[in-house]
Amino acid sequence: MAREITYRDALREALREEMYRDERVFLMGEDIGAYGGSYAVTRGFLQEFGPERVRDTPIAELGIVGLGVGAAIGGLRPVVELMTINFSLLAMDQIVNHLAKIYYMFNGQFTAPVVVRTVEGFGQLAATHSQFFENYFAYVPGLRVVAPAVPKDAKGFLKAAVRGNDPVIFIEHSLIYRNRGEVPDGEDFVLPLEGAEVRREGQDVTIVSWLRGYYLALGAAEELARAGIECEVIDLRVLRPLDVETIVRSVQKTNRLVIVEEGWKSFGVGAEIAAAVQERALDYLDAPILRVASVEVPMPYARNLERLVVPNKDRVIEAVREVLYQRLPAPLTR
Amino acid sequence: MTSTVDGQLPGVALPKSELLEMYRLMVLIRRFEEVAAEQYALGKIAGFLHLYIGEEAVAVGAIRAMDPEDHLVTHYRDHGYALALGLDPRRCMAELFGKATGLVGGRGGSMHFADASKHFWGGYAIVAGLLPIAAGLGLASKYLNQRRVAVAIFGDGATNNGAFHEALNFAALWKLPVLFLCENNQYGMGTAVQYASAVREMYRKACAYDIPAEQVDGQDVIAVYEATKRALDHCRSGNGPYFLEALTYRYRGHSMADPETYRSKEEVEEWRRHRDPITRLREQLLTHNVATIEELAALDRAVEEAVAEAVRFADESPDPDPATLTQFVYADPITVS
Ligand SMILES: Cc1ncc(C[n+]2csc(CCOP(=O)(O)OP(=O)(O)O)c2C)c(N)n1
Ligand SMILES: [Mg+2]
Repeated sequence: MAREITYRDALREALREEMYRDERVFLMGEDIGAYGGSYAVTRGFLQEFGPERVRDTPIAELGIVGLGVGAAIGGLRPVVELMTINFSLLAMDQIVNHLAKIYYMFNGQFTAPVVVRTVEGFGQLAATHSQFFENYFAYVPGLRVVAPAVPKDAKGFLKAAVRGNDPVIFIEHSLIYRNRGEVPDGEDFVLPLEGAEVRREGQDVTIVSWLRGYYLALGAAEELARAGIECEVIDLRVLRPLDVETIVRSVQKTNRLVIVEEGWKSFGVGAEIAAAVQERALDYLDAPILRVASVEVPMPYARNLERLVVPNKDRVIEAVREVLYQRLPAPLTR
Repeated sequence: MTSTVDGQLPGVALPKSELLEMYRLMVLIRRFEEVAAEQYALGKIAGFLHLYIGEEAVAVGAIRAMDPEDHLVTHYRDHGYALALGLDPRRCMAELFGKATGLVGGRGGSMHFADASKHFWGGYAIVAGLLPIAAGLGLASKYLNQRRVAVAIFGDGATNNGAFHEALNFAALWKLPVLFLCENNQYGMGTAVQYASAVREMYRKACAYDIPAEQVDGQDVIAVYEATKRALDHCRSGNGPYFLEALTYRYRGHSMADPETYRSKEEVEEWRRHRDPITRLREQLLTHNVATIEELAALDRAVEEAVAEAVRFADESPDPDPATLTQFVYADPITVS
């Protein structure tokens, strides 16, 4: 059996169930308790679980993650929240130099199974509050980096992350919390923290994306279908470990690849995917791999300018047409 | 002067066996490191090697005061703590040699000793990075209703870093059982305390968080032991964190590459000659007839042999197996590629 619930409720269910299942699981972050969470994911949790297990913290991101690392080594299962991914920069030392290194550097003697939940997105929040940093984390061996787009994955991944033995950077998106989707019943519904998924089949072009980008890809695919172009849409779901195989298999069929990402194009996740795909499937490609990404500027506040920065459905459609060599030639004169 | 109770120092409750063990451990640390420096010069050890020579009383006094169940995290100047904990000098030396038999299989080297079985959760090489981790260990202890104290070892330099202040605030705010033990050896690399810290005494920084704090003579192993005991009792009784500053001095350079342009030879000599922790305990033991010269000489000889054996062991040990290179990146399986 399955029910249709929102992405936010999927996260809430995962956290509640894991907290009831295992007393060692606790939450820690800024304004997750009395305030209810900046995105209301933990609303009501303080009342339900008490202040020992739902811990409001000082505004100290490095400390939040660092205490998580220590608590995990000490035998707990911390789920720490960084209010938004923009603030994760202040915790980078604990994440990269500590969390990601503990298991290897000390020769497998102990692990630090911390789940770091954080969220990216935009919405006229200007330059410092509208950034996409998943590539920063996906670069680091030792971290698992998940970016679920649908409620089912949100729940299954979060539960698996809490139960697993590796550190997990769990990236949510502020503009998809209200999206709905089917989630299987049962408190033991967990998903492996790996693997991309083909969510729409098609033979003309492969589009890969994750988080909100996945919905843009799906929207573009539906519109293009009306024009007789069938796109295969892959939800990447997990950035590290990267499932190149699933993308390559699709490209071997479609011979064309478009990557949709909200981050800046240079040095982004899309660059990695393109490189990995050409290493294994160069001969299958009938067109250059294209990336639809953000314009490389600090995010402006004004609505019209912001809209120009982030990818949208039309830009995805344009890219698909381009890899099909169907793009209208640019006018010669203005 | 004569001792009041046979086999004891005046005013010190420790039995002779414990005093001799403290002596032996300090000599072991010193000899281990002197030999490590020689092996470094021979090219057997590479990378960073931060010696602890001169500071031995801090590690020995602190570790001997701890319960076996207490948590320990240290900075990269960690050999002294590992040896004081009783870890095998052979495996310590093998780690410096980068061998498979090392404490962490040759993956960490000098800066990343660890032994989970002793709750020694590692040496950390990012200045101040271990402090929030120590607070987290304290949180785990409290959450699980354990009586363990998390002991954090760090330098004077670390107190100027944001991580230090975040960790102290967390520990005080949540009344976590954490002992912050600062080794003030007067320098962070080549920068003397007065050029890096607005406050010259490290323990005074704790007052911003209402954490009780004191300074102790880090060259006096018994003073460090007693202060640590009191501090641990405070933490263990549910009173929250404690801050201890041990005034000490490193005789050698910051690491093996240090040109030592920032201090005078006279200054170093002054500490070596008049404030050496081993000489001090040795003289106390002899003056008060706690031990004889022969007894101490026997301990010295045993240490000498143990260190020679450690080098032999490290030398003969195999390199890490290249097949293990990618082991321990993840604890759970990965199947995608
Ligand atoms: C964050 C960070 N910055 C700089 C360094 C380089 N570094 C290593 S040790 C050190 C000095 C630290 O001094 P202190 O904390 O007093 O410890 P000590 O070495 O004196 O024992 C510096 C600057 C580092 N490892 N980490
Ligand atoms: Mg120092």
